[in-house]
Amino acid sequence: MSLLEISGLSLSIHAQPVLHGIDLSIAPGEIVAVTGESGSGKSMTALAVMQLLPGGARCDGAIRLDGTEILNLPESRLCALRGATVGMVFQEPMTALNPVRTIGDQVMETILIHKAMSPEAAEARAREVLDRVGLPPERFPLARYPHELSGGQRQRVVIAMAIALRPKLLIADEPTTALDVTTQAQILDLLKGLVQEFGMGLLMITHDLAVVAGMADRIAVMRHGEVVETGPTRHLLADMRHPYTRMLFQASGHRVDLPPTRTEEPLLQVENVSRDYRLPRRALFARPGYHRAVDGVSFALDRGERLGLVGESGCGKSTLTRAILGLEEVQSGQIRLDGEPVFSGHRPNMRIRRKMQVVFQDPYGSFNPRHRVERLITEPFHLLEDPPEGPERAEAIAEALEAVGLRAKDAAKYIHEFSGGQRQRIAIARALIIKPELILFDEAVSALDVSVRAQILDLMAELCRSHNLTYLFISHDLSVVRTITDRVLVMQAGRIVEQGETEQVFSDPRHPYTKSLIEAAPVLPDPEEIRRSQGHV
Amino acid sequence: MLRYALKRLLSLCLSLIVASVVIFAVIEVAPGDPAAFMLGVNAQPDTLAALRAELGLDVPKLQRYLAWVGGMLSGDFGTSYTYRTPVAQMIADRLWVSLPLALYALALSTAIAFPAGIYAAARRGQPGDMAVMGATQLGVAVPNFWFAMMLVLIFAINLRWFGAGGFPGWDKGLWPGIHALTLPAIALALPQAAILARVMRSSLLDILGEDFMRTARAKGLTRRQALWRHGLRNALIPVLTIIGLQFSFLLAGSIIIEQVFFLPGLGRLIFQAISSRDLIVVESVVMLLVFAVISVNFLVDLAYAAVDPRLRART
Repeated sequence: MSLLEISGLSLSIHAQPVLHGIDLSIAPGEIVAVTGESGSGKSMTALAVMQLLPGGARCDGAIRLDGTEILNLPESRLCALRGATVGMVFQEPMTALNPVRTIGDQVMETILIHKAMSPEAAEARAREVLDRVGLPPERFPLARYPHELSGGQRQRVVIAMAIALRPKLLIADEPTTALDVTTQAQILDLLKGLVQEFGMGLLMITHDLAVVAGMADRIAVMRHGEVVETGPTRHLLADMRHPYTRMLFQASGHRVDLPPTRTEEPLLQVENVSRDYRLPRRALFARPGYHRAVDGVSFALDRGERLGLVGESGCGKSTLTRAILGLEEVQSGQIRLDGEPVFSGHRPNMRIRRKMQVVFQDPYGSFNPRHRVERLITEPFHLLEDPPEGPERAEAIAEALEAVGLRAKDAAKYIHEFSGGQRQRIAIARALIIKPELILFDEAVSALDVSVRAQILDLMAELCRSHNLTYLFISHDLSVVRTITDRVLVMQAGRIVEQGETEQVFSDPRHPYTKSLIEAAPVLPDPEEIRRSQGHV
Repeated sequence: MLRYALKRLLSLCLSLIVASVVIFAVIEVAPGDPAAFMLGVNAQPDTLAALRAELGLDVPKLQRYLAWVGGMLSGDFGTSYTYRTPVAQMIADRLWVSLPLALYALALSTAIAFPAGIYAAARRGQPGDMAVMGATQLGVAVPNFWFAMMLVLIFAINLRWFGAGGFPGWDKGLWPGIHALTLPAIALALPQAAILARVMRSSLLDILGEDFMRTARAKGLTRRQALWRHGLRNALIPVLTIIGLQFSFLLAGSIIIEQVFFLPGLGRLIFQAISSRDLIVVESVVMLLVFAVISVNFLVDLAYAAVDPRLRART
């Protein structure tokens, strides 16, 4: 008998349909992954099982958990199930824990709230599960507070809370999306181990097909609130009967065709750059300490070259980006664009600044919602001594918008009228409008769905052909960097540990850190290979 | 935690020194010679000079500042120009009314605001919430002297439960004193409670939307358990800030209420001292209020750290 049996589940929120007739089942010890793009309803499916849906939600159909139909259970019975029979792990470990209570307290709460054990036994169990998730007592006593832990460690605490009572079903909603690749690999291993050890069922929600492929026994692909295809992982990946599954798969591993435009003429020169941050004083008259975020970094970027910068969070890539843009002064070294320093004296060099533009990660946060697109994308004009006016200005706007695949008349709209992918196009138009020599893409496709990401990457390749772009592409996502750059820098703890031709670095990494990054990154399997191996079995 | 407390204490002392300099300087440059004011416009120059010498107005400013600060540290606040009585005694008498009144009002306001704010937040958008929000809207809008007049009308004149004003003094016993301060304290507390309840509600609502509240629910806590165990303490920081501000206001800002209820409080003292150019009283009372405000802020800072471990770590 299956542990979780969802049949014909429909969900509407304030009469707005969200899920239509979902069928899904999980057996004990089985890992089922639900995948799909944003808005597909995958998280809502998970929340429906927990019955933690937002206000105004209405469910029809049936959700049987361990033989109990939960859709018409009273709230008190649901509370008894949550945490005891079904545990849940969320996406954002940084905010999933109460900041004012210790981790031991929070893990014990799961046990005590269900009156499952005496306080002494609960404390012993809390210690035991924290050990099990890889937080040993010497370094992680129960009295630690969440703010003293890293993101990965916090996610381990959240997992410990969820498994403290050995629930039969664990739901993990994008449990590794906010984490670095090496941490992601560890957390995925931990989850797999727990499933094996306790015979739990695991319902894993993730947008990342590569993660799904390496982990799940079965996959359900969702789109627009429906399951479009479901089956055992190997069969599903080998066959991919539904066109949407094929599209998702192709978009996840999308490769672009970059035109060769590289010259031997250096555009950006970064020489021995270091950037220190002052730490708070430890005592009143003590000398403040310094944290070296960027440590003696040197590299050059030739005109027409596409350079990647990869590294995990905290490695200094954002600090380096800000230094290149002249937003912050560096403590030593020199950054020159076109032979001129980006910082002259203690001020950014405006003559140089106008030769650079940047595209940021968040397509929702990086625009003023009260301005029209026309005003948003002409913002860089303030860098020019003689910005175009009248018909010339309108022409520049139209040209920039059309270059990124939008229409000239979109200039009169407000930003909320556009989707995330369109907004990122507008961000690129804003960067292009003053025809900069260098564009910095700071995690510019990281927040996008795979299909949209593929389109933006294609757009970038196209712009390389039409506009002869030179860019620095900063990202934590190795698969994207691999296709969109000619050369790559690998950064760790403020230093560039490896650099070289992208293909070379990825296929034959020299530095142990690069190797560990590439090993940890989940890879999409080759459907051909699966088919062939199945033929042999 | 200890280091944090010491740091806050150091900052408290520095603030006091800066405040004393500023108060002294401002009052010194303010126009109006107290000696001339006391003797009237027709005073003889030699009488004026004699009085100035007696009041200590003729010595250099730095010396006067040091004497003033030194005196305050040893409990000597000088002698009032107008009443010729020790300022320390005048202030102490008034403080015995104003401080209990402020604490009384603060206790009432907190006692009303916490349940009201929590009740409203737990029932967001429901009739109970709307009723509380409507009442607090009214409480914020209506000035406290109007409440004072209504309270006097109902409880003193019609029902005769309380006196309409005046203060018998604590030597008559604890109960008559508290009884006399009850109506003023309610009048002061109502608008403050309305503000505090709104802050409590919105702060709790912010917290209810946090990820960790969802985590708590996923562990099997009911909505109410999650609110009490995880919501309240996190919601307390903005509320503590407001409580600190309110106490300072209640201590010094109750002059209108003191007038309505004929209470011999600090507000009236400072008002009289300003109108009669009794600068030494003004200086001392202002310094005392500054001391009170800074001390309350210090306590609020300690309370923050008690509530939030992240502040303890960031010494």
